[in-house]
Amino acid sequence: MQRVLWLGISFGFAALLVLIWKFIASLELLSPLFFPAPDVAWAALVDGIKNGDLLKNALTSLSRMLVGWLSASLLGVLLGGLIASSSLVRTYCVPLLEYFRQIPSSAKLPIAIMILGITNEMIVVIIAIGAVWPVLLSTIQGFTSVEPRLIDAARNLELNRFEMFWKISLPAALPDIFAGLRIGLTISLILTVVSEMLTGLGGIGEHLLLSANYYRGPELYAGIFILSMIGFTCNFLLASAGRKLLRR
Amino acid sequence: MKTLMQSVFRALLVPAVLLLIWELVAAPGQEFLAKPSEIAPVAWQILLDGTLLKNASQTFAAALGGFSIGVSAGVFFGLMLGLYPTFARISEIPFETIRPIPSVALVPLSLLTFGFGLRMEVAVVAFGCFWPAAIYANAAAQQIEPRLEEVSRNLGLGFFKRMWSVIIPASLPTIFVGIRIAAALALVISVTVEVAANPRGLGYAMIIAQQTLKPALAFAYLFWIGIIGVLLNYLLVSIQLKYFAAGTKIRRP
Repeated sequence: MQRVLWLGISFGFAALLVLIWKFIASLELLSPLFFPAPDVAWAALVDGIKNGDLLKNALTSLSRMLVGWLSASLLGVLLGGLIASSSLVRTYCVPLLEYFRQIPSSAKLPIAIMILGITNEMIVVIIAIGAVWPVLLSTIQGFTSVEPRLIDAARNLELNRFEMFWKISLPAALPDIFAGLRIGLTISLILTVVSEMLTGLGGIGEHLLLSANYYRGPELYAGIFILSMIGFTCNFLLASAGRKLLRR
Repeated sequence: MKTLMQSVFRALLVPAVLLLIWELVAAPGQEFLAKPSEIAPVAWQILLDGTLLKNASQTFAAALGGFSIGVSAGVFFGLMLGLYPTFARISEIPFETIRPIPSVALVPLSLLTFGFGLRMEVAVVAFGCFWPAAIYANAAAQQIEPRLEEVSRNLGLGFFKRMWSVIIPASLPTIFVGIRIAAALALVISVTVEVAANPRGLGYAMIIAQQTLKPALAFAYLFWIGIIGVLLNYLLVSIQLKYFAAGTKIRRP
């Protein structure tokens, strides 16, 4: 009950901030080109959703992001599990993987464009390549940091390899894997936006850049709002799924 | 010494084999892919003739500027959240609405506001660095020993004195984790902004290399960006291990 009350108060505070925003905008100290009043930005958002442009772009971005992120997650968990299972592979491969992780994924974009051209597939590939590192490395971390006493206990219970994986290693690694998945999701959204800005193949990223090029401030804010919603919703869903899975 | 040599050998073996395969398989003089033997001289040349340094310093300037602004604001805001629960509860909805905005989404807005150049990049980096600093400062302030708080109240310390001599020292180890993340992020975001829109720095140098069909140059920049990232990370982890090792879980990579 108290929680609901506080959320209500917090909502009121947010409304107050919007009012302050409106007041500052009405003073026109800042150019309305990049600082429109909140109601104007809201109208642009409603318009964009009504005439379908914004919605279509949002769906384009969302599907790219999800396909890229899912491939990265699958690949990262599988490869991570494989690498973690052999200490030989680990000693020889992990330093290289750490190096690749340090390269900002957006810096791989020009290379990806050279090799794959300006295509939808290129965007999905660059998202997957960017999002795979946190998943891969946290999966390795998760599988290799299983409490040794648990493994001893499992040996004493004479669990076979499959049971060992399913009952001991996987549950122990799951929190780390989920942490990696969440970082991967954030990176996916960022890379979706950057590659859309660069390629002009539709999506919210292109919408943002075009709005800026044509000095359409309100539409720019509408696009940013949509992105914030996408980020918030995906993160919320993944976090809830994580909480449910990890509780067992 | 022997173990160091051994681990260096182990770290370099796989990359060396991969480079060799790449060298043997790739065709020379392509417009979209370069052989390692074509990349290496270019990488060496941009290091010697100063173009790497020039571009890197432009990127660093933006990263450092944005980092300083974002982290200072973030640490302050995060400490306020952690120290005053009421403030944290009130600002929950605005905080959680703005937080999921990917920093690159602000590139066009920043472009419209500041035009091309250093300032627009600094603004985007600052936004990105704000969040990890705020989140870790918040966590740090919540973990402060309540008795420390009591003592400082009993001593009648003013707000700034209390901040400076009690709160900040007590929460620094945790805050530093946020600062470390923010520093790595600052480099990533500044390169990203340059790739996406801003005509300066390492990111833009890569875009130019791509558009003028010079794959060797693009790969050379990619190589150096990776090296810079590794060095930065090493530096930050070393600082953390040296000064804030107590109470933080961290592995040397």
